[in-house]
Amino acid sequence: MAMLEVNNLKVHYKILKGVVHGVDGVSFKLERGSTLGLVGESGCGKSTMAYAITRLLAANAEIVEGNIVFEGKVIAGSEEERALPKRKRAKYIEQTMRDIRWKEISMIFQSAMNAFNPVYKVGDQIGEAILAHEDVTKDEARKKVKRLFELVGLDVSRIDGYPHEYSGGMRQRAMIAMALACNPKLIIADEPTTALDVIMQDRVLAEIRDLQRRLGMAMIIITHDISVVAEVAEKIGVMYAGMLFEYGDIGAVFNRPSNPYSIGLMASFPSIKGEKKQLYSIPGSPPDLANPPPGCRFHPRCKYAKDICKEKMPEMIEVEPNHWSACHFALEIFNTQLAAAARRG
Amino acid sequence: MADSDVVIDVIKLRKYFDVKKGFLESLTSKEQMYVHAVDDIDFQIKKGKILGMVGESGCGKTTAGRMLVRLENPTSGQILLNGDDIVKKKGAELKLFRRKVQMVFQDPYESLNPRFTVFDTVAEPLIVHGVGESYEEREDMVAKALEYAELKPASEYMPRYPHELSGGQRQRVAIARTLALRPEFIVADEPVSMLDVSIRAGIMNLMLSLKDRYKIPFMFVTHDVSVSRYMSDDIAVMYLGNIVEYGPAEEVIMNPYHPYMNALLSAVPVPDPKFKRGRTQIKGDLPNAINIPTGCPFHPRCLYAKDICREKKPEIREVKGTHKAQCHFAGELNFDILNEEPTANTAPQASAP
Repeated sequence: MAMLEVNNLKVHYKILKGVVHGVDGVSFKLERGSTLGLVGESGCGKSTMAYAITRLLAANAEIVEGNIVFEGKVIAGSEEERALPKRKRAKYIEQTMRDIRWKEISMIFQSAMNAFNPVYKVGDQIGEAILAHEDVTKDEARKKVKRLFELVGLDVSRIDGYPHEYSGGMRQRAMIAMALACNPKLIIADEPTTALDVIMQDRVLAEIRDLQRRLGMAMIIITHDISVVAEVAEKIGVMYAGMLFEYGDIGAVFNRPSNPYSIGLMASFPSIKGEKKQLYSIPGSPPDLANPPPGCRFHPRCKYAKDICKEKMPEMIEVEPNHWSACHFALEIFNTQLAAAARRG
Repeated sequence: MADSDVVIDVIKLRKYFDVKKGFLESLTSKEQMYVHAVDDIDFQIKKGKILGMVGESGCGKTTAGRMLVRLENPTSGQILLNGDDIVKKKGAELKLFRRKVQMVFQDPYESLNPRFTVFDTVAEPLIVHGVGESYEEREDMVAKALEYAELKPASEYMPRYPHELSGGQRQRVAIARTLALRPEFIVADEPVSMLDVSIRAGIMNLMLSLKDRYKIPFMFVTHDVSVSRYMSDDIAVMYLGNIVEYGPAEEVIMNPYHPYMNALLSAVPVPDPKFKRGRTQIKGDLPNAINIPTGCPFHPRCLYAKDICREKKPEIREVKGTHKAQCHFAGELNFDILNEEPTANTAPQASAP
């Protein structure tokens, strides 16, 4: 049994003008100890996914369909929850998640700059998370914080420092230490390195990879940068306009991308390795999710779009074992990629 | 003088910012401290070429760019635009200079006035500089500028407000605004870092085609080495206000001489899961720009530092052709960063908690 199962999840945001289809029918499974990279552009629903799993969605968001199963327990979208009137749901979420949040699933937030309370010492804030979830004394919690500092490569003498005394990279490490505080089984990292310089990003990524391997946690890393995913993940999910467009083993998706959107995304990334290639840009811009286009959501920007794409939403097609693509022509594209790969040798 | 192709020639350019002291500090200490933002840098930009300025945050790359358009006044040094020193310009002369150089800013959500239509935004520099005789003539110039920036048909975009445009379109409007005055030189400060990936490539290709078609030289400031490689003819790498490496883009990327550039390159993630990098060859954190280390500014973080590095600041010197580096041992160090390190299976080992 997979550790985390997301089944046909739909999260909608209510706004004045109507409904924003933030996440619209996403399914995937995550095994123990493995890493999934979710990539996509801003507004594609990748962060909404993270907040849905941790049940930290904004007040105007609602899980309208589908469910999330963690370790055999339905943590979102259960029958029981749906039966409740809306005003009682917040309390219900609080009760189901109390033992799961941080102890089982923890999160590394995007802006470590703002994730800490500026008037409390960093060590105390991490200690507080431990005290809230584990039956330990203050001294034991502090000892554990020290161990965590060592684990993520922070100077233990800075334990009584305030957030403003930390550099960006240090704060990000402290954030990771906090996420690890209760030995979670799953860590969700939302753009963990976006605000960092490249050398610091490299160190933090190495740290994350190393810790994950040592402690055997599963991880979902959410980013717009496919090169970051290429470095840390084993599975990749490419999201566009609230939907999963391609999903599979990292090598398969990178070598034989079988969806026009992922192909476009990969062709728009410059690299410092290999030949200097002409970059391709996808025409147009992502759709307004309050008013998504009919049929395939990518069709207005897709150069292969045919009539069927305007009418019918494509299903996920398994083009090879452990590699799916949501495109009417996924198999054709896959075969062309295969032929191209054979030519490359 | 240098050859006629040189549009921008920067000589010993320096910018120090005063460190503001609190009241008590000003009573107790007399010494004025400075942030060494840019410390005696030299470079040239030729007609129809793009110079990529790369470095981490706080290295002085943005300050250097802002000085070239006189948004910051240099502490000392010279900036020659077609042989004419712009550092001392004032009044009418300065205004005339401002017509010739333009800047594209990082965030198109901040750099456009939300109450101006696209037409107002692009026409404003024309009005400020009194270009164009009549409204019709200006309208024509605005339309042309928008079309250069690939906003077609221009008439459709002119009456729109920034909130009606996507991020990529906004940045195109910002580029059209710089083109309206037909500048001799453009500074682009991180113009694509706020944009989504699929749109980024379009803006980069637009700037490349402007360079090719109209031979406008650019200075392209970015923290992203991969972006810089794609855009630039030459690359200058900055560290703590110094240009530590400078040369033709492919040479600098493929065969770096300075240990800092080597470290930077080894830290850049590669969009290919087969590629496994070794550890980044750098130690410690970036020192602040107030107390610059003595000797070579990079020595406390350098894995190759010797005694001389702690004592004497190296000069930037040509190592091979026009490829320069500011390192005592430039050309003698062997980094081997491009060799892939064979790593075993990347799959995590499940362990009992």
